[in-house]
Amino acid sequence: MSSNPILALAGYFAALSLFAIGGAQSAIPEMHRVAVDVMGWMSDRQFADSFAISQMSPGPNVIIVTLIGYHVAGLLGAAVATVAMCGPTCALAYVVSRVWDRFKHAPWRVAVQRGLVPVSIGMIGATAFLLVNVADRNVYAAAITAITAVIAFATRVNPLWLFAGAGVVGLSGWL
Amino acid sequence: MAAERPTLPELFVAFAQVAISGFGGALPWARRMIVERKRWMTAEEFNEAFALSQFLPGPNVVNFSVVFGARFGGAAGAAVAFAGLMGPPLVIIVVLAALYAHFGDLQVLGRILSGVVAAAAGLLIAMVAKMGAPLFKRLDWPPLVALVAFAGVAIVRWPLPYVFLGLAPVSIALAWYRLVKR
Repeated sequence: MSSNPILALAGYFAALSLFAIGGAQSAIPEMHRVAVDVMGWMSDRQFADSFAISQMSPGPNVIIVTLIGYHVAGLLGAAVATVAMCGPTCALAYVVSRVWDRFKHAPWRVAVQRGLVPVSIGMIGATAFLLVNVADRNVYAAAITAITAVIAFATRVNPLWLFAGAGVVGLSGWL
Repeated sequence: MAAERPTLPELFVAFAQVAISGFGGALPWARRMIVERKRWMTAEEFNEAFALSQFLPGPNVVNFSVVFGARFGGAAGAAVAFAGLMGPPLVIIVVLAALYAHFGDLQVLGRILSGVVAAAAGLLIAMVAKMGAPLFKRLDWPPLVALVAFAGVAIVRWPLPYVFLGLAPVSIALAWYRLVKR
C-alpha cells in the first residue's frame, strides 16, 4: 500500500468496487474494516457519522465513499475516491452493455437475462425487508411505511409528497 | 411500446432528478422516471436492464445509469447519465459534511430523516411489488427463484454476493432448459 493517501484511496476503492457484487451496500462492512481498522483513516464514531450523513443525502448509497475520501484528503480526496469506486465498474458496465445489445437475440443472452431477473427481484425484495427492519422502530414508523407502500403502488402521486409528510412526522419527534 | 429516444440533455436532467429525489435509495425513482413518466423502457426491459446492472460488480444504480445511457446514447449517453446521477449528490454531500464539521451534530436533520427513511422503505416495497407482478402471474420456476433469493438474504442472512453467485447459475440453467425444450 502506498504512503500517499490519495493513491491509497484510489487503489483501495478501485479494488473494492470490483468485488462489490449486488451493490455497494454489501461492501460497507469491508469499508469500515479498512477505513477504521487497517488504514486508520477515521475513528469508529467518524465512520458511523459518515454513514449517517450519506443516508441523509439523496442519491446512490455509494456516496459514502465520497465522504470517506473527503475525510482523508479534502475535496481532492472526495473526487478521487468517488471516481475510483465508480470508474472501473462503469467501464465494465459500458463494455458489457455494448456486447449485450449486440447479441440481443442470441439464445444464451435471452437465457441469462431471464435467469437474472428473478434473482434480482428477490434481492431487491430482501433489501426492502432489511430497510424496514432498520427504519421501523415503532408503530408510527411502520404506519408511514405501510401507507407509503399502498399509495405508491396504487396511485400516481409523486412520492416526494409522501416523503415530505413523513419528514414532518419525523421532525415532530414521534419516531 | 417504449416512447422515443431521449436526447443527451434529457438524459442528464432525468438522472439528476432521480438522484436529487432519491432519499433512502435511488432505484424506485429511476424506475418511476424511466418506466412510468418518460416511458423510455417497458416494465420488462427495465427489469432486465436492472438485473444486468445488479449482477455486474459495483453500485447498482450507478451501473444502471451507464447501461441505460449507453443503450440510448453510446459512450456520450453513458457519461451524461452517470454525471447526472452522481454530480448533484456529490455537491450536496460535501455541503452536508461541511455543515456537520461546523455544527458537529445534525440532530434536526436526523429526526426528519427517520421519517423519510420509513417512507423510503414503503416506496421500495411498492416498487418490488410492481417489478415482481409479471413474475408471479404464472406459477413457474421464476417466482420460486425470487423467493429463495429473498429468503436467503432477508431471513437466513446469507451474504448477498454469495446468494447471487450461487443462485444465478441455477436460475440461468433453468431459463436455458426452458428455452431449448420449446
